[in-house]
Amino acid sequence: MNPLTTFRIALSSLGTNKLRAALTLLGIVIGVSAVITLMAIGRGVQQSITDSLQTLGTNLLFVRPGESSQGGVSGGQGSTATLTLDDANALVGSVFAPSVSGVAPELRTSGQVVFGRNNTSTQIIGVTPDYETVRNYPISTGQFITPGQVENNSQVAVLGATVAETLYGFRSPVGQPIRINGKQFEVIGVLESKGGSAFGSLDDQVLVPITTVYYRLSSQRTAQGGVSVGTINVQVSQVEDMDRAVQEIATVLRLRHRITGEDDFSVTSQQDILDTLEQTTNTFVIFLGAIASISLLVGGIGIMNIMLVSVTERTREIGIRKAMGAKRRDILLQFMSEATLLSLGGGAVGVLIGWTLSQLLNGLPLLGSQPIQTAARPDVAILALVVSAAIGLFFGIYPAMRAASLHPIDALRHE
Amino acid sequence: MIELQNLTKIYRMGNIEVPALRGVTLSIDTSEMVAIMGASGSGKSTMMNILGCLDVPTSGQYLLDGEDVVRLTDDRLAEIRNRKIGFVFQTYNLLPRLTALANVEMPLLYGNGHNRRRRAMDALEKVGLADRMNHRPTELSGGQQQRVGIARALVKDPSLMLADEPTGNLDSQSSQDIVAILEGLNQQEGLTVVIITHEPDIAAATRRIISMRDGQIIEDRPVGEADHNLEAASLERAERASNGRPTV
Repeated sequence: MNPLTTFRIALSSLGTNKLRAALTLLGIVIGVSAVITLMAIGRGVQQSITDSLQTLGTNLLFVRPGESSQGGVSGGQGSTATLTLDDANALVGSVFAPSVSGVAPELRTSGQVVFGRNNTSTQIIGVTPDYETVRNYPISTGQFITPGQVENNSQVAVLGATVAETLYGFRSPVGQPIRINGKQFEVIGVLESKGGSAFGSLDDQVLVPITTVYYRLSSQRTAQGGVSVGTINVQVSQVEDMDRAVQEIATVLRLRHRITGEDDFSVTSQQDILDTLEQTTNTFVIFLGAIASISLLVGGIGIMNIMLVSVTERTREIGIRKAMGAKRRDILLQFMSEATLLSLGGGAVGVLIGWTLSQLLNGLPLLGSQPIQTAARPDVAILALVVSAAIGLFFGIYPAMRAASLHPIDALRHE
Repeated sequence: MIELQNLTKIYRMGNIEVPALRGVTLSIDTSEMVAIMGASGSGKSTMMNILGCLDVPTSGQYLLDGEDVVRLTDDRLAEIRNRKIGFVFQTYNLLPRLTALANVEMPLLYGNGHNRRRRAMDALEKVGLADRMNHRPTELSGGQQQRVGIARALVKDPSLMLADEPTGNLDSQSSQDIVAILEGLNQQEGLTVVIITHEPDIAAATRRIISMRDGQIIEDRPVGEADHNLEAASLERAERASNGRPTV
């Protein structure tokens, strides 16, 4: 029997019980559209997370202090203050680190900032003048922190856009006083708004000279003396030089710290973070897909169920067809094609619905206040179609085999 | 045409063996028209199943057109049914959701069927149902349904037509029509017809009556004068019954 005839017979058999076929189809439709929509949302979230990370620049390296360890208990990375301002300065223009084009150490603490009756709790970041270029924080009004102010532990502050608005409203904050953790500072500039990221707003912070944080706002002191820093942001001149830069930084710091054994610092790149994040979000996307697949599986069981009922109902028909000369293979093909038609049809409708849903969700703020770009991709659609066809074959084969192996006499006698 | 040699068939139900055929030897020539008679349980249905290649005997030999069909696989048997055998059933066994034409076309789907529509239409014409082609079985009378059944059996030009109680569900007028069609096919086209029946007047329309009891042939004789009288009486009855009633 040629495929077209088989297809026509399958279609007409399904047509005799339209409601039943439609309900069976619905199971697959829901499964496939759920897979496509949830995967699109997952991919969209993943995309927006990596995108926001990408805006920070891809040629950055982060040098962080190593972990402290007391009696075998690790305090985690960055738990000691092994890096100093001098370490950071040593990386600038070092003959051992030619790939480094900019160095911006930072030291973070949190603080309560007050102006008049307004106050807010925010991140206080101690920085050097190079922070502006290395981390790409352009000033919108006023000026950035100067080398002199770092030298003198000056009590000056550059505000993030959100902080400026919270404390000063529509007034210009530049030149205004501000109290940080009870100490009097002067606002010298406001940063341009960078918008939110997946890790909270980049506008909700206050920049002050790094030495000021060390001497006046935080109580942490280094063992070696000198100003300790939290993270040293290192800008690398060429993205291709990232790996070499990591080696260079490590060499310089090992020399300075006289390290022969284990490093007391770590160097991670933006890419490392991106990779880790991608791994995490991949798990998330797969998890979403897996949940949706369960409904697809249930749909497949629905097909099997209805095919088994159909085989029982049509036992006599099978007997007649066999008496007229239908072989095992003919009957098998007939029922398999019915099951596959159900699942493929459901898959096709599901792809359409899933695709439409993804388009409708596109640009809606599903992740906090950030609109996500749902990415319904053709590969997922094709995969969903293939999987639904496979489900039809898988769940159709048992009922079809049962039909095909019926003995013609028994089948003819069936009432 | 058909050669049965010491055929036996034993059904196994759990541990109990039930013999349905106990050594049947029989030969039917091409273009013969034969009735197989017997009470229920006499083994005539089993005979029919084996003759129709729906089942295989436990032992013995069955040559159909010189071909030994005893040790064939299920698929080979299906092929033989498709090529050589036309079935007519007591309950018609038409597919209710298909039209008469599609029902007749069905056997042509299996095996190499070309010109399916044309051949199905020809077969329906032969049984006088050219004007009912697009009706579904439920829209046809019993006699018409059985004629569709005959057309379906005819469509592949079988060498053997097997009719299992073809008139069992029909009134006497329709029964006569069906028998007449079978007779016509036998006489005009030389089709070998085997009718399984327990109605003596139907059997009388054939040329040879084989009677069975307990899985064995107890009588095998040509149709004689007595049978024809019986048939004439039955025809008369049918005519009387159909008076003032449109023919089927």
